[in-house]
Amino acid sequence: MKIAIGGMVEPGSTRVNKTGGWRIYRPLYHKDMCIKCGICSLLCPDSSVKAQEDGYVIFDYDYCKGCGICAYECPKDAIEMVLEEK
Amino acid sequence: MSRLAPGHRGCPGCCDAMAANFVLEAAGDDVIVVSPTGCLEVMTTPYPESAWEVPWIHSLFENTASVAAGIESALKALGRKGNTKIIGLAGDGATMDIGTLGLSGAFERGHDITYVCIDNEAYMNTGVQRSGGTPYGASTTTSPTGKKSFGNRTQKKNMPAIMAAHGAPYVTTTSISYPKDMMRKVKKAVDIEGPCYIHAHAPCSTGWRFESARTVEIGKLAVETALWPLYEMEYSEITGVKKIKNKKPVEEYLKAQGRFKHLFTREGGEKEIAKIQEIADWNVKHYGLE
Repeated sequence: MKIAIGGMVEPGSTRVNKTGGWRIYRPLYHKDMCIKCGICSLLCPDSSVKAQEDGYVIFDYDYCKGCGICAYECPKDAIEMVLEEK
Repeated sequence: MSRLAPGHRGCPGCCDAMAANFVLEAAGDDVIVVSPTGCLEVMTTPYPESAWEVPWIHSLFENTASVAAGIESALKALGRKGNTKIIGLAGDGATMDIGTLGLSGAFERGHDITYVCIDNEAYMNTGVQRSGGTPYGASTTTSPTGKKSFGNRTQKKNMPAIMAAHGAPYVTTTSISYPKDMMRKVKKAVDIEGPCYIHAHAPCSTGWRFESARTVEIGKLAVETALWPLYEMEYSEITGVKKIKNKKPVEEYLKAQGRFKHLFTREGGEKEIAKIQEIADWNVKHYGLE
């Protein structure tokens, strides 16, 4: 491996590593129950719950590790953790 | 608004990633971040990748604050400081044990930096060894519980008090379980000229042994039991305290975590729990939490 001067690397380059494969439980979004509070996207450690312009969120299953914080903290139970099916 | 890029190697429910995101969201894009060795460094920058999208540098374990101070001084000398915020983002081991000397020096000299300690109360990166941040009674691999041991024998070092003793313009505690509180304090700290210290409590599901989904809940329990008081200090004086409305007994916090399990299953555990309750009671009295 060639090492750059100062060990410099490209910003945001961890995106090549799709951590979605770690997941055991998958968040399932019940959009009809969502009140657009945004807590899920604020808390997600993997920046995988993305708020849209209309306030609803989408999940990025390429990177979501299935930690379940979004579902646990959702004040309206609009996110449910279900067993991942390969 | 910056956040860590996904694809980093933090455990599911990682407290470090949450803390870094809150700091980045509050501090804005014009920042230079310095991180020492630790979970945050290892998981965000497995060479040749980086999860950072702002300028970021890996210092040594012991010199986060020194490197941050050097960057600040260099920018000033070059006339390029402008509004750029220099932020040290380090774990409890790097802050409370290994990097204290450099941190003290930087605060003594009064550099315009903000230093955030992400305190998950042990060396998680290398496999949960105790640090100066490990609380009384916690089982770690170097303070194990056993026939004659109830885990860690020392109390958590009062690092914010040490930093406040430097006469810093702003020293505060916060918790990743209160993101709005944390982001407000980070914003305040980066806008103050001079050295500011933020001590953020960060529950680690791997090291503390609880389900990853409960990270935020556990952090809230630490605050609600008065084991982690939230307060602000300006020039060594307490200027703000988050009051606790319905204080809970420490058992509620302890029983939720595997690292304290022995306190409930071994004979004599109740005496240890009483000692931990005394620590919480001291916090209530000392910081005026009720």
